[in-house]
Amino acid sequence: MRKFYTLLSREVRSYFHSPIAYIVLIFFLIISGIDFYFQVSFMNQRQVQYTVQEAFFNSVFFWFAFVLIFPLITMRLFAEEFKLGTIEPLMTAPVRDGHVVLSKFFGALVFYLVLWIPTLLYFAIFLKVTHQPAAHSAGAYFGSYLMLLLLGMFYLSIGCLTSVLTNNQIIAAIISFCAITLLFFLGLVQFILLDVSSATRDLLGYFSAIEHMGTFSRHSNPANGGYDQWLKR
Amino acid sequence: MIKVENLTKRYAGQPAIQDLNFEVGQGEIMGFLGPNGAGKTTTMRILSSFMPPTSGRATVAGFDVFEQSLQSRAHLGYMPENVPLYNDMRVTEYLDYRAALKAVPHRRIAERVGDVKELCGLKEVEKKVIGTLSKGYRQRVGLADALLHEPDLLILDEPTIGLDPNQIRQVRELIKNLGKQHTILLSTHILPEVEMTCSRVIIIHKGRIEACDTPENLLGKIRQAGGVVLEAKVGVDNGGEELKKISGVRDVTVDADGDWKIFSLRVESGTDVREEIFRLAIDRHWTVRELTQRRATLEDVFVELTHPDVV
Ligand SMILES: Nc1ncnc2c1ncn2[C@@H]1O[C@H](COP(=O)(O)OP(=O)(O)OP(=O)(O)O)[C@@H](O)[C@H]1O
Ligand SMILES: [Mg+2]
Repeated sequence: MRKFYTLLSREVRSYFHSPIAYIVLIFFLIISGIDFYFQVSFMNQRQVQYTVQEAFFNSVFFWFAFVLIFPLITMRLFAEEFKLGTIEPLMTAPVRDGHVVLSKFFGALVFYLVLWIPTLLYFAIFLKVTHQPAAHSAGAYFGSYLMLLLLGMFYLSIGCLTSVLTNNQIIAAIISFCAITLLFFLGLVQFILLDVSSATRDLLGYFSAIEHMGTFSRHSNPANGGYDQWLKR
Repeated sequence: MIKVENLTKRYAGQPAIQDLNFEVGQGEIMGFLGPNGAGKTTTMRILSSFMPPTSGRATVAGFDVFEQSLQSRAHLGYMPENVPLYNDMRVTEYLDYRAALKAVPHRRIAERVGDVKELCGLKEVEKKVIGTLSKGYRQRVGLADALLHEPDLLILDEPTIGLDPNQIRQVRELIKNLGKQHTILLSTHILPEVEMTCSRVIIIHKGRIEACDTPENLLGKIRQAGGVVLEAKVGVDNGGEELKKISGVRDVTVDADGDWKIFSLRVESGTDVREEIFRLAIDRHWTVRELTQRRATLEDVFVELTHPDVV
């Protein structure tokens, strides 16, 4: 277990040693900041049926940033080790393969979670400035961030996989970008293929992260009411 | 310490090594020689559990390198060819990380890292980022890494490549000293290095073992044991004709240097023809300025075994 922590801490440190990490952080802050700003100013102009929090997690800006960050986070994980040859000293040290893979996955997850920390501030600042909560209930926040975690883990694991397939980071990024985008937007197919059965549509919608993102972040979802109950306890 | 049985590795059907069989005993320094592409790195990668063999078996310290690879890896320190390192880390940081990975007890890490830095002359660069180190220093970091957990066995793939002559000497001394406590398998292209440091040598060619013996025995076995060089003024004589008549001389080549002629004689192994040549020179009133015997080197053995047509 100690070896796992050693590996994990190197993974996390190596993120913050690389310029890519800071580029991704800045890119993400800019996009999510713009997203938040636009949602709030849009709501100032007209009456809407949804909250800032719902809008924030279901906007085009958000989708755009969301599918782009995973390839950027994961492309270097294995591909760089193969390219530099550092996989050789790594795998000839007495470490378990599983520990190496998990340390890379969780290293990426730690970085991914760091990306989201500033967005918590957005809601805190919103509350402070407007004296209005950005969401209907705590459950809506909880649902949104839980979804981010789960979807994040899923897409990061896809990114890890594509990074193992090649020693070229760009190729790894392109493959994972295609796979993630396809999965993410699959639900939109139901608006194009009008003559498929409703079961097929439901199935496609089920694969689509957009759909899940919508349900998890909306207050109207009974599950979120459930989170509220659970949080109150 | 190492036991290899019928080891074969194919890359996409092309054999890189075929049916290797050898053993390395405790405390031996084994030299691993072969021309480019002979399969040295391939063999070492299998021994260090980096990749599995296609067929055959290998054990390190009694542990199968494939089935019990965690234990066998714990017993060996491996320095890969070209020494890949994380360029974004600092030297001490990297060695600390590697020590933890190799299960050096927590309280001993600082001590061990200090020791290997001392041993490999890394003190002056310990705070530098690895990406900015020169090739020789990277090499030393790789060697330091291999030594960190005091392994019983060291596998070094071309440890002295890219070092300056002083450094090569230091590393050779280091390897000799390490050989007192460790078993070492090292590959190299520098043949005098093997003669100086190794107790036994394996010569591998096109994936097969051509010879496995002590350097002395290998020199004894070679057909072309060496030669004699004679530089003399032979006057009206041809020189070469007369020398060829001496028994034991196989053939003679002649070069000229002004009035002097330089004869290179190839002789049968185990014979010393210098006395005969001396008498001949007196008989014929030749003026001699050099008469030396050239010993066969491991280079001759190497060339003969791996390039039969050149000889
Ligand atoms: N990953 C690989 N895929 C395909 N062929 C390979 C691979 N690695 C090595 N080979 C082939 O296997 C053979 C042995 O290579 P190896 O690297 O073991 O040689 P070597 O003895 O270490 O040579 P050198 O002295 O140049 O380091 C070569 O013919 C090489 O082309
Ligand atoms: Mg090699």
